[in-house]
Amino acid sequence: MVTVTAATVSSAQEIVASVMDPEMPLLTLADLGVIRSVDVEANLVCVTITPTYSGCPAMATMRDDIEHKLTDAGYGSVQIKTQLSPPWSSDWISEEGLAKLRTAGYSVPGAAPRRTSGPIALTLTAKPRDILCPQCGSANTRLSSEFGATLCKALYRCLDCLEPFDHVKEI
Amino acid sequence: MNDHDSAYDGLVDGDGHGQWAFGTSFDDPLAGVDTTVPDDVDLGALAHYCLMLGDDALVSSQRLAEWSTRAPELEEEVALANVGLDLIGQARLLLARAAAADSTVVPFISDTSPVPAEDALAFFRDQFGFRNVRLVELANGDFAHTVVRLLVFSTWRLALFDRLRTSRDPVLAAVANKGVKELTYHRDYAARWVVTLGAGTAESKRRTADALLEIFPFVDELFVPTQDELVLAEVGVGVDPRTVRPEFDAVLAQVLHAAEMEEPPSRFSGFVGGRGGRAGLHTGALGLLLAEMQSVAREHPEGVW
Repeated sequence: MVTVTAATVSSAQEIVASVMDPEMPLLTLADLGVIRSVDVEANLVCVTITPTYSGCPAMATMRDDIEHKLTDAGYGSVQIKTQLSPPWSSDWISEEGLAKLRTAGYSVPGAAPRRTSGPIALTLTAKPRDILCPQCGSANTRLSSEFGATLCKALYRCLDCLEPFDHVKEI
Repeated sequence: MNDHDSAYDGLVDGDGHGQWAFGTSFDDPLAGVDTTVPDDVDLGALAHYCLMLGDDALVSSQRLAEWSTRAPELEEEVALANVGLDLIGQARLLLARAAAADSTVVPFISDTSPVPAEDALAFFRDQFGFRNVRLVELANGDFAHTVVRLLVFSTWRLALFDRLRTSRDPVLAAVANKGVKELTYHRDYAARWVVTLGAGTAESKRRTADALLEIFPFVDELFVPTQDELVLAEVGVGVDPRTVRPEFDAVLAQVLHAAEMEEPPSRFSGFVGGRGGRAGLHTGALGLLLAEMQSVAREHPEGVW
């Protein structure tokens, strides 16, 4: 039984923040920017998270991991809420998260596209991003597929060092 | 160090009571989401509307999944599966929303059934209960057919979702806000392929022209409103699909121009006795799709693990 003090609240927040993303286990959920709030009331911890993509299969695992980490730490019951709106944006990945991605050889997302008025513009032929190879720094890179190993990544190839690499998409 | 070294750990360290063995519903996709509906909204109409939008996504997703192991290139296989996964995510939220708005739309299985509502809707309705437009159920055909169909579908759905972002139903608005970002990627992907194939070799151009001829008769149906859509559009919850036709036509014209393709003559496939996919009257292709998608779940409706 945990009694609520400022310490238990910040400890619950730290526990939730340190849970790892199951698909990119170098990032914590705090790095990824999916945690909206952590509240502690009596013996109940209420965590609100925002899914990255509608179909992200990692969401169920994230929920389970948050719950288990908190109950292992002695919190009696855990409620996990989903906040769908506003939708997650790659802009919410923390500076520390971006640094970890770079170190692990990912190309990090640029600023998410801003919505302008009028119909959403079609992107037919323009190269959507200027991306440097995370291995050798070359700008001579080519998109292999806008859809990569997980929903949040696009697949690129460096034409100089010939290495393929993942780019975390801007959404 | 992470907690996911063994795929089997997740199966045995659950909360102790068995989960239904099929489907995706290991958690409620609407858990903790505010599902309050404005007082003046007809809940039956809202449920039907969510089924329409959810079934469009579910059936599309099943067709896209059929490309796994047989797409022309590995990158395209991954891309089509990713698009399908986004659509499954949208379908889960919408089917769960339909069940929450009006539980009478969920098929009864048994008193002891462990099947969650979203899965009961996906796996235990027959084809007459599906409310998807017929466009999405047509057999995949070749790769050109698949990308032409995806272009039509994602252009239409993106225009609808863009307007649904301001729906007075908080769940529809949230699903649409999220979906717009995903569908923008889907439409760009399909459009680039249509341009590549249309302006490509004689063979790829011929296949693209065939695809347009076969798919265009199912386009007009996308813009015929149902009574439920009109009722919901009136109260600011739904979108009258007729309002997105100009945007749809403009995008298609832009893509076909870049693809050096002519728009095929409009030949509406028509309705049967005034009924189409939205009213549960489908082509023969849907029954075959559902047989494959549903047979294992229906064989073991009480299966748990």
